[in-house]
Amino acid sequence: MQSMAVATQPIGELEVGARAVEPELESIAASGTVGRIEVEDAKMRMREVDVYYGDKQAIRNVSLDIAPNEVIAMIGPSGCGKSTFLRCLNRMNDTIEGCRVSGSLLLDGQDIYAREIDVVELRARVGMVFQKPNPFPKSIYDNVAYGPRIHGLAANRAELEEIVVTSLQKAGLFGEVKDRLHEPGTGLSGGQQQRLCIARAIAVSPEVILMDEPCSALDPIATARIEELIDELRQNFTIAIVTHSMQQAARVSQRTAYFHLGLLIEVGETASVFTNPEHKLTEDYITGRFG
Amino acid sequence: MSSQSPAHSIERVRKGLGKRYAAEKRFRFYGVASIAIGFAFLLILFASIVGTGYPAFTQTYVRLEVALTPQLLDVPVGATPQQLSNADYDGPVRAALRERFPEVRGRRDLRALYGLISTGAAFQLRDLLLSDPGLLGTTQTVWLIADDDLDTFVKGQIERELPESERRIKDNQLEWIDALRAEERIERRFNTIFFTAGDSREPELAGIRGAAMGSFYMLLVTLVLSFPIGIAAAVYLEEFAPRNRFTDLIEVNINNLAAVPSIVFGLLGLAVFINFFGLPRSAPLVGGLVLTLMTLPTIIIASRAALKSVPPSIREAALGIGASKMQTVTHHVLPLAMPGMLTGTIIGMAQALGESAPLLMIGMVAFIVDIPGGPLDPATALPVQIYLWADSPERAFLERTSAAILVLLAFLIAMNALAVVLRKRFEKRW
Repeated sequence: MQSMAVATQPIGELEVGARAVEPELESIAASGTVGRIEVEDAKMRMREVDVYYGDKQAIRNVSLDIAPNEVIAMIGPSGCGKSTFLRCLNRMNDTIEGCRVSGSLLLDGQDIYAREIDVVELRARVGMVFQKPNPFPKSIYDNVAYGPRIHGLAANRAELEEIVVTSLQKAGLFGEVKDRLHEPGTGLSGGQQQRLCIARAIAVSPEVILMDEPCSALDPIATARIEELIDELRQNFTIAIVTHSMQQAARVSQRTAYFHLGLLIEVGETASVFTNPEHKLTEDYITGRFG
Repeated sequence: MSSQSPAHSIERVRKGLGKRYAAEKRFRFYGVASIAIGFAFLLILFASIVGTGYPAFTQTYVRLEVALTPQLLDVPVGATPQQLSNADYDGPVRAALRERFPEVRGRRDLRALYGLISTGAAFQLRDLLLSDPGLLGTTQTVWLIADDDLDTFVKGQIERELPESERRIKDNQLEWIDALRAEERIERRFNTIFFTAGDSREPELAGIRGAAMGSFYMLLVTLVLSFPIGIAAAVYLEEFAPRNRFTDLIEVNINNLAAVPSIVFGLLGLAVFINFFGLPRSAPLVGGLVLTLMTLPTIIIASRAALKSVPPSIREAALGIGASKMQTVTHHVLPLAMPGMLTGTIIGMAQALGESAPLLMIGMVAFIVDIPGGPLDPATALPVQIYLWADSPERAFLERTSAAILVLLAFLIAMNALAVVLRKRFEKRW
């Protein structure tokens, strides 16, 4: 089988291998996603999602449910479309010229790409944390207060302050910064900046938080803090996280989705995906044969 | 495979090292040399301008005892202010000169004698008398403005040794000047007229105030129009406009306009603003409109570059928490791009301040004595004033030309310093 031939390619030649497999995409696509894509009372329900960047198709026919209060990890080799898929969930792809999304993407049963949906409101409900910590060049306080301010979530100064403090507490940052709330957020360490970004995201009380490789720019200790935090946040939020680290996916998520060349290959309980992958490609990736 | 061995490679690297360092040294030398050449030219330029220009900041005055009698002034005793303002003030000045040099006779000699004092001396006396009518009938010791020929002679720019026919100061005048000097009746003082007066045919009465005010009103109009328009256009093109043929076309056109010779904008201003819209000729308003057209491309291009340099992560961060496009731009992108935009604007304004060609087309090259009181009054501008003075034959205008250049340079330096200060002030880390 051609797909096996890809799997046995040495890592350095993955690019060549990936191109060689292109004609075989259809056969992989035809076999469909392995594992249960459906969950009950799904928070978000995506069906037959295709994403194009100009003529290039980045996501092919992906269907996936995200359950409330779960952490779902999206893994896969570089360029597999996991970030693209994540960015569809709060329409961050709208800002990219030439990007088209088709299929149905429902949040609480409501199509988020429907014409009557306000993208500003959607992003208040589905927050996002980015790969590189990107605090605003403002004070720590203003960073967290920005979201509530523009959405008018606080009636007065005291309420705003409460939101800022609780958000920082939830992000596990308050203890470290409580004496310097009015110092610039850019002066914090990388890990602190990323937690500040998480605090900023949760300050608008979203229902879903999307995290795009939130730890890739952080050292192991900062990473551990964020992972703990993700676990705590699960109590209140639904989290979708894209990660390059399989250990991280294994540690923080309940379910894992494996993407390959724009296809969703396999999805299932994290434990079973990692210990007992059903698809050959998933197994090859997890055992480190490529990617 | 021996050519690939580490020892061999090291040897090859070593061989090449000398060449590499030599290349670097050469390159550095070229850099230092170009800076040195540039600096030398700048120094020469400054030295020559300052050298010619600095005497213009002083002016020669002559002390005379002027009898302000009603007969000399040709007014009745106890004249009204109305009569005083129309009086003949040349009379007392001439009388004072005759008094000092009673031996001078004959029309020609007398004319040469009167020529030592500027025609502006009459205005001095008029101001003196109007401010205190009680001085009528008294004799006052007054420092009167000297004529430009006397002034240039005192400043050492007319050589005594030249044959009489080749110098502006004649032999008899030399005698009188020496006599006046011996009595310490001649003095050089700081030239306030240069900063308070408008243009004049007499160099000693000419000042840059009119041109400076003209430039000020013009830049005001330019700033008020080009800053908001330029920034709005840049923000729209950079943040909101879709990328298509039409916006590409606009972009190409903006870049082209930045390179269009400024005189073309002057012709356009003449055709559109003056001939079609009927705006007044020589008005700073029209000058400002023309310069707006000229500076807009500069401001738009600089502002777009500043917007482009704002990291996209900031936009994503704002959009990610649900800020609208507008909020993202006004709350985050604009403040970060502001230093660059301000720098671009000030550079554009500095360009506008130094521009003369388009102003010639719209009539701002006229000889205007009055200081403009608003953007609709006829006016000229600093660079045009420099052009006008540079064209004048009097030796005294030469130094005034350089002095006006110095003033213009001072304004430019101040504006660029302001750009640096603003950039430092608004600059934020991210």
